[in-house]
Amino acid sequence: MKQAAKPFQFMAASTLVRICGVEVRTVADLLEHLRTISAASVFNHTFQSLGQHHFLTEGFSNDFAQWVLAACNQPQLAEQLTSLDIRQYESVEALRADLLRVLEEFVASEPARAQQRAFEPFYFCEAVTVTVPAPWRAHNLAEFCQGLEHISRETLHYHFVDARLREPLTVNDFSYWLEDSLGLKELGDRVDLIDIYTNTLDGVRQLILEECRSWTEA
Amino acid sequence: MGALSTPKLIGLDDYVPVVGQAEIDEMRAVAACLEGRTVKMVNSTAMGGGVAEILNRLVPLMADVGVPTRWDIITGGDDFFAVTKGFHNALHGAAYEPTPQAFEIFRACQQQNLASLRFEEDFVVIHDPQPIGLVEARDQKPAHWVWRCHIDVSRPHPEVWNFLVQYMKRYDAMMISSPSFTRALPIHQYLWYPSIDPLSQKNQELEPEFIRETLERFQINPKRRILTQVSRFDRLKDPLGVIKAYKLVRKYTDCQLVLAGGGAKDDPEGGQVLAEVQEAAGNDPDIHILDLPPWSALEINALQRASTIVLQKSLQEGFGLTVTEALWKKKPVVASAVGGIPLQVIHKLTGMLAHSVEGTAYQIRYLLSHPAIAQRLGEMGHEHVKENFLVTRNLKRYLLLFLALSGAAR
Repeated sequence: MKQAAKPFQFMAASTLVRICGVEVRTVADLLEHLRTISAASVFNHTFQSLGQHHFLTEGFSNDFAQWVLAACNQPQLAEQLTSLDIRQYESVEALRADLLRVLEEFVASEPARAQQRAFEPFYFCEAVTVTVPAPWRAHNLAEFCQGLEHISRETLHYHFVDARLREPLTVNDFSYWLEDSLGLKELGDRVDLIDIYTNTLDGVRQLILEECRSWTEA
Repeated sequence: MGALSTPKLIGLDDYVPVVGQAEIDEMRAVAACLEGRTVKMVNSTAMGGGVAEILNRLVPLMADVGVPTRWDIITGGDDFFAVTKGFHNALHGAAYEPTPQAFEIFRACQQQNLASLRFEEDFVVIHDPQPIGLVEARDQKPAHWVWRCHIDVSRPHPEVWNFLVQYMKRYDAMMISSPSFTRALPIHQYLWYPSIDPLSQKNQELEPEFIRETLERFQINPKRRILTQVSRFDRLKDPLGVIKAYKLVRKYTDCQLVLAGGGAKDDPEGGQVLAEVQEAAGNDPDIHILDLPPWSALEINALQRASTIVLQKSLQEGFGLTVTEALWKKKPVVASAVGGIPLQVIHKLTGMLAHSVEGTAYQIRYLLSHPAIAQRLGEMGHEHVKENFLVTRNLKRYLLLFLALSGAAR
């Protein structure tokens, strides 16, 4: 079996949530505070939140959309916020810019609704990620599959979703390693296409394993 | 007759069937980075109350992952605990007239405990306001000090708050159950959900036979649909609102209502509320009002598991652990959007939120007529609890915080 140029070190990753002390009660306020809130907070309510709610494979995309839908009763705006796909972004700032654009358009076209008081406030929080080396390291595809079977959902999310914000940008850690260290670009591309919005993290794990195993058998 | 066996102490590996081997293995990997470090937890009571219940399970689990943890309890006289009870109510926003003597009693008790306790650990976790002043010992040894606040301090009595803030500021961080429970402070504040223990009597799996017997004992018909609210008889839990909602539902749909709680015997106001509830129920044989003793964990568990829908129609709420328990049992929940409930019930995804009696009745009727949706909400609610609100997650948060305080966080 082909050995990797560099082994893949699985990192056990977990997140603490820090309260920013900023709460908003209208869509207009959400817009204003979203301009200046920390990048760690935007990350928490989008990338991190998607992982935390991975089991909701229908109807959940990010905390902003959920609040606009459930607490502000603005389904059209919620739909627009939901449709922002985090896989398309190279940085949290680019994602923030699109969130701001959607909210600005709504506030400009629906000023009265943008000032309506929500049922419950939205509280900005930020993610603090802690990583330590996990007890699994892969030197080839078989060991990679073994490691993948053993990691937690949070660790899977860290490597498969959060990784897109780390260098090299917009690609998950697994696909990058498959191409860069094993020379398996096609397999890496296939893994990268697995949809995190319509699968739970357990589902994502199974699909990656199936891709890798069918590759090995072929 | 065989010899009595010693109850087995529950260890981290006992949670493998619940959360999976990977979670446990990674928790041990995180704990390994804390090798040689020690922890002290301090609170004001060894028994009774939610904090003691959490520490009774958490401290042995910390030891199990290789982080020795000492649990100390402060001592104080009746005068001290009368003052801290007043502070507790004042932090909740209740009327309170603090006197200079009250602050003096508080300070003196902190000094007495400082003289008797030693702080040699690397991490010190102080629980709630009673021992908050022990932070004065932080100069004894370089260590990380954090304050776990289990109560809602968003609308405190200003004088009591200002007195306690002088201590809060000396901690490295504070942990609180909901962003809505806190106020601005010059230290980091972490979101720290309370947790339930899936292996406890209140949450463990039950034999169907036991559930059936429990319903029989309380004369509840297992073949008809059951709406249940579990909470003490307290106006803030709005049991009268629950009965109104049930009556609106009954106009169109057959069901029974169970109001299961406790505390009515020892609390004069609880007794009064119970009497009002009984009067509102009238002679409806389908309303079952159960005033249960404190040792009824298994019965509460059985009632929750037998329910078609679990309600929590509170007017005010702390975190709402009865909601957590119901979600863990895969029950569809209809609850008020107050306190920590919206953190658990994500509207239309892990349950239904309501803002009125009529709204509660509407959501109940909707779920009774759409059982597949109700079942899906219950399943998603279970997953939400598994990810966020179990004791194992609480343990992991502590380990992560200690690592973060040590500078290992990204």
